[in-house]
Order: sequence, then C-alpha cells, then structure tokens
Amino acid sequence: MFPITGTTSLVLAVVFGFAFGWLLHRGRVADYNAIVRQFLYKDFTVLKVMLTAIVVGGIGVFLLVQMGYAKFHIKPADLLAITLGAGLFGIGMALYGFCPGTAVAAIGAGSVHALVGASGMIVGGILYALTFDWVSHAILPVWAMGKVQLPQVLGVGALAIFVALGLSVLMFFWVLERRSARSG
Amino acid sequence: MEIISPGAVHASAPATRINWGPYLAGAGIGVLSWIVFVVVNTPIGITTAISQVSGGVASLFVGADVVAATTYWAKHAFVLDYETLFLAGTLLGGLGSALAAGTWRLETVPQVWAERFGPSPARRYVAAFIGGIIAMYGARLANGCTSGNGISGGLQLALSGWVFLAVMFTTGTITAFIIFRPKMP
Repeated sequence: MFPITGTTSLVLAVVFGFAFGWLLHRGRVADYNAIVRQFLYKDFTVLKVMLTAIVVGGIGVFLLVQMGYAKFHIKPADLLAITLGAGLFGIGMALYGFCPGTAVAAIGAGSVHALVGASGMIVGGILYALTFDWVSHAILPVWAMGKVQLPQVLGVGALAIFVALGLSVLMFFWVLERRSARSG
Repeated sequence: MEIISPGAVHASAPATRINWGPYLAGAGIGVLSWIVFVVVNTPIGITTAISQVSGGVASLFVGADVVAATTYWAKHAFVLDYETLFLAGTLLGGLGSALAAGTWRLETVPQVWAERFGPSPARRYVAAFIGGIIAMYGARLANGCTSGNGISGGLQLALSGWVFLAVMFTTGTITAFIIFRPKMP
C-alpha cells in the first residue's frame, strides 16, 4: 500500500504542505519577531518548536524504520559545504528574519517583507545554479563523510541518543518555563 | 455585555501558566514526519522546491533552453511535482491558519525591526531581500534548510543535520547581536 506514488502523492503533497504551514503558523514561528528574538535569546519559541519536532519525530521515525514501515533519507555529510552553507544560512536568516519554510507560511499569513525576501531567495537559488559546477568540484568533495548518522559517528546506539536528547530537551524546557513563570 | 480586552485576559492568567502552543506545534511537526516517511517516503523539505521555482523564474529571462542546459536545473526542473506542491501547500497552510485564527493582515514592518530601525518599509525590504539571497545560497550549499537539514536531518540523527543546526545557530546569533546592538548615543 505504501509508499503512495503518482497523482495521489501530488494531492497528498498539498495536504501535507498545508499541515506544515498551518503548524508553523500556529507555533508562532512564521513570525519575524519570534525568530529574531530567538537569536537574541529573548524568546525561545523557535527552539521549543524545533526540539520538540526533532525528539517526537525522531523517536517515531526510528521505530517505524525498525519495524520496516519507513526508510531513512540521510543527506551526505559534505562537511565543508554544510559548514559554509549553514554559516551563510544563519547570517541570511538573522537578516531576513525567516528561514525558507517559515517565510513561505508567513507570506500566506500576509507578510509583505517575507515576500520581498522570498524574491531574494529566488535570486539566491539562481546564483547557486550558476555556480553549481564550480561548487560541485571545489567544495562538495571536501571533508565528504558520506551519509552518516550520529550512532555511527559516536559509537552509541540510536535509542541511547534519543533518551539522552529527550531528557536534555525536557530539562531545558523545564528551566525555560520556570524562568518565565518567575519573571511573570 | 462585559467587554474583556486581550490584555485583561492575559493579566488575569496565573503567572505559572505554560503556553503549550509551541510544544503542540512541534509535536505536530514530529507526527507529520512519521506520516510523510511512511505514506510518501519523502521527508519534509522546502528549499529544493524554491530552487526549482528559481529555474522557472530564470527561464523567463534567459529562456527554457538555457535553464534546462544548466547542470543544477537539469536535475531540479520547475514542474508540478511533490516538492513544489508541498511548497504551495505550506503557503496555503499559513494562509488558512491565519484566516481561521482571524489574524491575517498585511505586515510590512515587524515590531522588533521597527523598534530598532524605524517604520520605513524600504529599509526592511532591502534587509529582507539581501537576507533572502544569503539564506537561500547557504541553504543550497548545505543541501537543505531548517526544514530539510535541521528538522528532517536532525530527527534522523544525520551528522549533516546536526552540523547544520549548530553552525547556523551560531552565525545567526552573532549576526542578530550585531544587527540589534545598542544604538550609539
């Protein structure tokens, strides 16, 4: 039965995308103010959403893979490209006030400056396509570690990592909520 | 009829009340990941589709032949496939949520920006445009953004995802502290 392909999957793409945009907006991360204030450590909404998604999603997807219902899709750890790319991404995101997903949801919710920034993203996409031939032979092969996951890198089981990650995240949230309760 | 302003409701709420919104939304994205991994075998991601749209826009200026001959766009053509339709769905989801909540409005200059840089939309647009260029180039170089690398990669314990998260959070923090440094007297 699964995975579904063909035309049905195209309908599902809109449905799942809709759910994603809805959740980003309801989680208040399709909001410039929340994202910038996260980078300034004045509002932790972004980390609350992301870390909860990673822990809840990660444990579920891990179990589904174990039971044979799902497959991992690991992006290669081309570490020079990822380090440079993520470095630029953080700079751009702080300036734009959105990441690509939250920007698109924010445009739907009426943000004009998110739309202006999205035209910048289209220019960025064009620049990447124009420089791709150079990038693909000069940058991508440097420190290319392959499609590795943390259990292989650390030599620790995935479940142990999820337990440690889950407990750390819970403790982090507990500290955040206590602090915000104190400050009223 | 008694009229209660939103501020009054907030003030009367107990100080220890936890706002569950971000946690519920995060858990929802986690559960959505379970569903997409099983049902369509495709993790959540956004930037591949935006680079496909970039190819569509570029073909308006240089023609479809030139775009199709570009190595990158040859692999990621601008067609209505799962990726681009998911992107369209995300836009509609933001629209639907804002309409349902009654919060849909045109936002030109957000509050945090206005407090520091004033009410000029032009200034905000220039920053958003430049930021968009840098963020998108970075997302392509890293082979994914906060969605594809951060959430989908992070939840699979991919090394690529966790390196991405650590580095982007560091440079994002440094940049925000520089942009929003206190004004000189």
